[in-house]
Amino acid sequence: MLKRTPLFAVYERYGAKTIDFGGWELPVQFSSIKEEHEAVRTRAGLFDVSHMGEFVVKGNDSLSFLQKMMTNDVAKLKDGRAQYTLMCYEDGGTVDDLLIYKKAEGHYLLVVNAANIEKDFAWLNEHLVGDVELANISQEIAQLALQGPLAEQVLQKLTNTELSAIRFFSFQDEVSMNGIKTLVSRTGYTGEDGFEIYCRAEDAIALWEAILEAGKEEGVLPCGLGARDTLRFEAALPLYGQELSKDITPIEAGLGFAVKTNKDADFIGKDVLKKQKEEGTARKLAGIEMMDKGIPRHGYKVFANGEEIGFITTGTQSPTLKKNIGLALIKSEFTEVNTEVEIEIRGKRLKAKVVTTPFYKRAK
Amino acid sequence: MNTPKELRYSEEHEWVRVEGDKVRIGITDFAQSELGDIVFVELPEVGTEITANEPFGSVESVKTVSELYAPISGKVVEVNEALNDNPEYVNESPYEKAWMIVVEPSDMSEIDNLLTAEQYEAMVKEG
Repeated sequence: MLKRTPLFAVYERYGAKTIDFGGWELPVQFSSIKEEHEAVRTRAGLFDVSHMGEFVVKGNDSLSFLQKMMTNDVAKLKDGRAQYTLMCYEDGGTVDDLLIYKKAEGHYLLVVNAANIEKDFAWLNEHLVGDVELANISQEIAQLALQGPLAEQVLQKLTNTELSAIRFFSFQDEVSMNGIKTLVSRTGYTGEDGFEIYCRAEDAIALWEAILEAGKEEGVLPCGLGARDTLRFEAALPLYGQELSKDITPIEAGLGFAVKTNKDADFIGKDVLKKQKEEGTARKLAGIEMMDKGIPRHGYKVFANGEEIGFITTGTQSPTLKKNIGLALIKSEFTEVNTEVEIEIRGKRLKAKVVTTPFYKRAK
Repeated sequence: MNTPKELRYSEEHEWVRVEGDKVRIGITDFAQSELGDIVFVELPEVGTEITANEPFGSVESVKTVSELYAPISGKVVEVNEALNDNPEYVNESPYEKAWMIVVEPSDMSEIDNLLTAEQYEAMVKEG
């Protein structure tokens, strides 16, 4: 039986079409992927992302534990701030990418990918040392994401907390949203401004309805995983299982900014990642744009001069740019912008060229 | 779900309209609604021989690629070029503007193997 979020009961009322996403029955779309995508780029859209996992890490040795497990420098994280980081294996392959929230000294919240909850928990658990408590609270927590240029305007109607004071990658706990207790974080996975809002599972439906009601005038749409994927892809944000995996390191995926090989503490995977950062990698992630007619898709092979040089990790027709584009993990010597490559699509090799990423960047 | 009575249907969600000694082919309203926003349609060239139950092209939505299966064998005599620039016709008008190919069947009696509108609707409802 597929897992369901606390919001499953209301999906149908909003016209959701559901799919099996890594063992979860989740809405792929409510109205249409293109309409939902456009709503987020121009107004705002509301996503149920309650399938994401939440762990609490507490105790006097929490920081040294997280420093050992994470590639980013958790010591730099201040109270009330969020940090993007990765966990790696000794060989540099990626366990998961995640957000860490620092609630207080010795008190952190980790938000991990749904498909990796059990794996991540086991991985953290087997490395526990000292005074650290690790708890999986994923079942008790729901998460909604309100994303888009009008997100703040809409959400502000539900709270007296000054949302403009919450800066990018900051959060505030104990925010009352229409009487519901939430943690509000200015983060997201769409390339737009917006918020991720955490609440108790039993409050999720009331919060969902309150946000959609508040956003009626602004044209806020409920959005599914389809639009979430096209939005994050245009912004070139990685998806575990596509741009990242146990066989792909964060350096190959272009995430060196979140791998702090010079931080004071040693961390799992450091030797390999440090070497990759210093010497470069044999392959890396690049953006490609089709020149011939065709749409690149996950897993399609990439060629140059008749030689196979890698594969597409994500590809689609970009709803914002109306171009057929993809992210490709290919031999590094072919990642210069404007290099011509070929994508094999149903037996035919079609022309494409390397382009800069992100494909889409919002105007500041 | 719109399922015109005068058409015949394949289990792979294509519709077939008999026009004299030729047939016009497209995908059903049910198929387009399952696929979502169509962004690309790949069709064979005029003159191509297609074989019943074998792929003759593909449609791509934002999310995924689906093959088109020939409901009948024969030679492609016309292709809807308008779908190159307007793939959204498949969503807007699956039985009219978004016809895909016209075929000269090698054996018109193959039509009898296809589903009627009632049978197709029953199949879709059963899931």
